[in-house]
Amino acid sequence: MLVFLARRIAGALAALLAASILIFAAVELLPGSPASAVLGRDATPAAVKVLTHRMQLDRPASARYLDWLKRFVHGDLGDSAVALAQGEQHAPIWHLISGPLKNSAILAAISALLMIPLSLGLGALAAVRAGKPTDHAISIGSLVAISLPEFVTGSLLVAIFFVGLHWLPPVAIVPPGADPLGSPKQLILPVTTLLFASLASGIRMVRAGTYEVLQTEFVQTARLNGLAERRVILRYALRNALAPSVQVLAQNLQYLVGGVIVVEAVFAYPGIGSQLVLAVQNRDVTVVQSVAMLIAVVYVTINLVADLTVMLLVPKLREPV
Amino acid sequence: MITRSGDPAVRVEGLSLRLASGEPVIEDVSFEVAPGELLGVVGESGSGKTTVALALLGFTRPGVTMTAGTVRVGGKTVVGQNANALRSLRGKVVSYVPQDPGGALNPSLRVGDAILDVLRAHRAGAVSEESVRAALARVELDESYRGRYPHQLSGGQQQRVTIAMATVCEPPVVVLDEPTTGLDVLTQERILDELMRLKAEEQMAMVYVSHDLAVVCGIADKILVMYAGRVLESGPAEALIARPRHPYTKALVAAIPDVRHPRTLRGIGGVAVGVGEWPSGCAFEPRCEHRLPHCQAAVPELVETAPAHFARCWRWEELAAHERPPVTLRSRDESVAPAPLLEVSALQARYRSSRSGLPAVDSASFAVKRGRCVALVGESGSGKSTIARCVAGLHVPTSGRILFDGVELAGNARARPLEVRRRIQIVFQSPYESLNPRHRVHDSIERPLRMFRRLPRRGADAAVAELLERVRLPKRLGDRFPGELSGGERQRVAIARALAAEPDLLVCDEVTSALDVSVQAAVLELLQELRADLHLSMLFITHNLGVVACIADSVLVMDRGVICEAGAVDTVLTSPGHEYTRRLLEAAPSLPEDAVGVSP
Amino acid sequence: MRWRFRFLRTPSGAVGVGIVTFVLLVAVFGPYAAPHSTTAPIGAPLAGPSGSALLGTDFLGRDVLSRMLDGGRSVIGLALAATALAYLVGLAIGLVAGYSRSLVDPLLMRSVDVMLAFPPLLFLLVLIAGAGSSVVVLIVGVAVIQAPGISRIVRTATLEVSVRGYVEAAVARGERPFAVIRREVLPNILAPVLVDAGLRFTFSILIIASVNFLGLGLQPPSSDWARMIGENREFISLNSLAVIAPAAMIAILTIGVNLTGDAIARSLGRSYVPRLTRSSAT
Repeated sequence: MLVFLARRIAGALAALLAASILIFAAVELLPGSPASAVLGRDATPAAVKVLTHRMQLDRPASARYLDWLKRFVHGDLGDSAVALAQGEQHAPIWHLISGPLKNSAILAAISALLMIPLSLGLGALAAVRAGKPTDHAISIGSLVAISLPEFVTGSLLVAIFFVGLHWLPPVAIVPPGADPLGSPKQLILPVTTLLFASLASGIRMVRAGTYEVLQTEFVQTARLNGLAERRVILRYALRNALAPSVQVLAQNLQYLVGGVIVVEAVFAYPGIGSQLVLAVQNRDVTVVQSVAMLIAVVYVTINLVADLTVMLLVPKLREPV
Repeated sequence: MITRSGDPAVRVEGLSLRLASGEPVIEDVSFEVAPGELLGVVGESGSGKTTVALALLGFTRPGVTMTAGTVRVGGKTVVGQNANALRSLRGKVVSYVPQDPGGALNPSLRVGDAILDVLRAHRAGAVSEESVRAALARVELDESYRGRYPHQLSGGQQQRVTIAMATVCEPPVVVLDEPTTGLDVLTQERILDELMRLKAEEQMAMVYVSHDLAVVCGIADKILVMYAGRVLESGPAEALIARPRHPYTKALVAAIPDVRHPRTLRGIGGVAVGVGEWPSGCAFEPRCEHRLPHCQAAVPELVETAPAHFARCWRWEELAAHERPPVTLRSRDESVAPAPLLEVSALQARYRSSRSGLPAVDSASFAVKRGRCVALVGESGSGKSTIARCVAGLHVPTSGRILFDGVELAGNARARPLEVRRRIQIVFQSPYESLNPRHRVHDSIERPLRMFRRLPRRGADAAVAELLERVRLPKRLGDRFPGELSGGERQRVAIARALAAEPDLLVCDEVTSALDVSVQAAVLELLQELRADLHLSMLFITHNLGVVACIADSVLVMDRGVICEAGAVDTVLTSPGHEYTRRLLEAAPSLPEDAVGVSP
Repeated sequence: MRWRFRFLRTPSGAVGVGIVTFVLLVAVFGPYAAPHSTTAPIGAPLAGPSGSALLGTDFLGRDVLSRMLDGGRSVIGLALAATALAYLVGLAIGLVAGYSRSLVDPLLMRSVDVMLAFPPLLFLLVLIAGAGSSVVVLIVGVAVIQAPGISRIVRTATLEVSVRGYVEAAVARGERPFAVIRREVLPNILAPVLVDAGLRFTFSILIIASVNFLGLGLQPPSSDWARMIGENREFISLNSLAVIAPAAMIAILTIGVNLTGDAIARSLGRSYVPRLTRSSAT
């Protein structure tokens, strides 16, 4: 088990390393100098030269990559390229994103807290009721929900609950430094939008997994041994459906991390996603790199935790191969 | 039936089940089982044997309902009970041992907890660790198995656990659904011994469902032969096997390859009828060699042909007068030994993924002489299929040589000359996977014709028709897709595809192990005939010693990658030299002597 | 062959195919039916529906109906191109990896792991930050995101099929590997692959549309449906149709494709479990 653990962690680190190379290369090695990209089309050659120097673009890419990676590992995300271009001496990315990061975390956490129990509950319910109206309703409903892009869901929700019914605000604006939980009503639509797709896919996958287990011979045998139906469902079916469900939930948590990018834009919510979109618009390459890397770390960590949980749940996996 | 003092443990009367559409699934089945008695329910796939067995537990598959009859187990009525009443019966009055023990155990429960669960379901409060221990002891598993998970057990141990679960509440009736199918023959023997002991010691009534008449006749007191949802014959085991009265039972007995009494096998032509295709008369009539026009008119009644022996045939009396004794096989005249066609020497092969470091096959040497059939026999994992794959060029050996007609073969089929590839053909185990489901039968057979014999399209058409006839399939099957054929038909097509190349050596890798006994016999019969007509040499891989006895000239016995014994079939099977061969032979199920026409 | 179209007889299959056909017709023939210019204003901005502009006008005073009729091509075209490119690469790699069980294999698995380290949208945004926004970046970016996952699915299916008797029989006959793949393997993995292609097509729509919505993809004056939603989102209370109309088109398109895929998957039975999720690259 320890060997497996070590191999799994090593694998995660390797994936992160490859991801960092990809992120760095995508931004810095594509045609055109990052400095001129940051400064825009009307930049004077002199300004480009100054920024090139300040961003250390005159050093070889490999050295800059190693430097960036080393500082990232030590928690230093670097300076914003756009701010440097505007002549600021120090513009730590961390200051720029720490507030939005917290806001995004709150949004994702609320969604996750609702998504996990609802996925498990409704998915298992649909599986136990397979073929009955409850199941069909859940299955068609989730198919529709999963098909819609967040910005479509969000826009349609705004059209209904703001334009049509005047119940809820169309945006979720939080002043810098304020607590998003201070005005919870604002968060209803963003959270609902995030939940829509993740919950739908969670329910579908949990249903599929549970249904499969319900068809197994050991569930049948338990019934033929006269075990009570409640016990058959809980101890035989759900218990074995839990492991695949954990992986599904992990995928959905990852989805929430990505989903906030669009949802924040739809509701003008000041989170890390909005910050990222702004950075891409301004071609603030250093911010994009660091934020992307940060999200990749969260992403891989979720995966790792899910794998370890599965290992604890399935006796067969606990043993050395 | 034989009357005994006291109530029978099982009494089924006039049981009928139907689909929601009204199609009958089971029609008018009646039987009794006394305490300490074992009833074997025998039938081929689709005969309804499992449906009848599960009805004893009050279980029907979705869409199937009981429409008539009574079922009583341990003195309690099963039919018409509500879910709660059934739950308290199951496991306590009548219990169930499933076919696939690996799938039937909850992977996340320890063995002890799984047994405890059954106890708890039936004896709230009075659950003791002692009973778990006793349940395990009953199937000869010690205390240490309580804490194990199913994946830590062998197949045989897993089956013991399911038996322990089924017997922990000491029910008067146990239903066993093919409990040894899929297990190796040595493991099968131990499980059967275990069951016999339990039956005698605990006076349990057992209903044992199986497709394997040879296994059943060794353990059953009474046998029920089912076909298309009806009982065709029932009676005391010895009488039924020795003097079968229904043509179907006779044909089944004649189809069993028996290791101790090799004889020419006779298969049953045709295909078993499925639900919804029942003819108006006798269901076996379309396949029966004794049919008369009036057999189609009405379903015959079950008539008592001897005390407690019943058969459902219009003609049983006239047929009983004309018994045909089976033809015992004579051993081949080896005075003129032909030259070897295939010579394998010091062959070693490994699995790509093997971590143990042990080779799948180690230092295997043997020869297949021209026109002869060499059987390679062993349990699963013994490496016998790997040898077949090496010969066919599908597995590259790590060392050793394979000579074909005196020329060394390359390991990889692609590296062998076209002519060599043509002369060695292979037929695979699974009839469901051996034909490309997207190609019509005609196209599957045409491909090797065009490749090896360079036939033009028109010439190929005639050759395909000829080959279909050769494997006794109607020509029109050429237009079908494999999905529209039965298992036996597919395997014939696979043989035709191999024959298309006009091979000299046919490698048969477990070609009949997925088929019903009657179909297996027909395919073996066909292979024998082809061998004689086409002067084929064969390397025949199988786990079934009975098949070896009926088809091969010489035999190689494999155990864990090593050939432990080799020799002429007669010699090896009658006086085995190796301990492993001896154990295999002892464990092989066999028919009683009077059933195979040998006077004791 | 009959089995291929069995799914059409199920309600979800019939509805799905109907919807997809409708949206495709709008996308292909819509531009010719547009009553007004898609780029020039025809009246006051954000006016409600009227006789000359059935769905009103957008934030620049352009006709919403005309733009909606025009905006489907890019949505479907870009997603189709990206999915096709991803499949071209993924299918080739997957078949080779699965059939030869060779060195490509570990490499493939690692590349999938790396793709799993990002939200797919993030990867595309990073690419846009570096290379700027263009049609090529969108198509190639989405193809790069999807190709590893496709090759993994194809590889698994190929591995499963290539141990079957009919494939081995062909190998033992000495057929060329290419012929074995084409005749024996490919036809038998096609069904699950087609279902997967449907799911990936929806995913391509989702992700490209998201980028366009954020304003980081196609640039003005494109009348792409997602762009229309993004542009008019702020003014939803003035002419909500400018948002609702394109949103509804995207919604029914993706629902239609998924319904069809789901119906096909069901008609294939237990051999294939549809993996309808939002977490893409797997």
